Amino acid sequence: MSFVFYPIAALAVAGGLAAVLLKNTVHCALALTVAFAGLALLFLQLDAQFAGFAQILVYIGAVAILVVFAILLTRGSETPRDGVYSRHWTSGLAIAAGVFAVLGLAVLQSAQVLPHETGTIKATVMQIGNALVARYVLALEIVAALLTTATIGAVIVATHEKDGAE
Amino acid sequence: MTPLSSYLLVAALLFAVGLAGSLTRRNAILVLIGIELMLNAANLNLIAFWRYGPHPEALTGMMFAIFSIAVAAAEAAVGLGLVIHVHRHAHTTDLDAMNRMKG
Repeated sequence: MSFVFYPIAALAVAGGLAAVLLKNTVHCALALTVAFAGLALLFLQLDAQFAGFAQILVYIGAVAILVVFAILLTRGSETPRDGVYSRHWTSGLAIAAGVFAVLGLAVLQSAQVLPHETGTIKATVMQIGNALVARYVLALEIVAALLTTATIGAVIVATHEKDGAE
Repeated sequence: MTPLSSYLLVAALLFAVGLAGSLTRRNAILVLIGIELMLNAANLNLIAFWRYGPHPEALTGMMFAIFSIAVAAAEAAVGLGLVIHVHRHAHTTDLDAMNRMKG
């Protein structure tokens, strides 16, 4: 039983809770980076160094910055007069609580039959790179095409078209 | 070593927090933040099952998580672009105020 796990897990969950509970949207985005950092530390704890650093680069470095840009471009940091929660927030909360109850029960019920740790694992960047360009090369190409398409699509969608201009 | 069920419980909790956020918040950007949290919880499950699974040297769960991170980044870019476009059109990111499909 590793002691480090609990503070890291508490950090991730607290960051997630703050990201959905805080009133100011910019504070939510900053709390989101804390949750992402906690998750990256959990990945490192699971001997997944590459995924942990990819998480830091992609999520803290790119996605969180993107979210902050979107908040500033839409002036979303102003707290609305009629509250930050939707009209149907009770049913949303009930659905989320139900999902957590089902997932938690399923995990606790199957805790006995879950596999145990199998020694130390070495997943070096070299092995991952070899796997990416050998066995998973088709998936890599598809992801590359998807990222290109998504970037071009996001630019086209967000480009400002003046009225009357073709 | 921490048992696998602890990681699964943390992932379930994060997923529920993200789901609650995306279902209860008014602001479209906060809904996207909730979706990102849910995707990350799924990634944590993938990595945890890879670490504790019978054949971790095959790297399957790790690859799945890496591709999932890439797809989530694309999703965030497109989603935030859509939010900016809708804000320019409707002058709000309040989802309760966006109740028409027609522009």
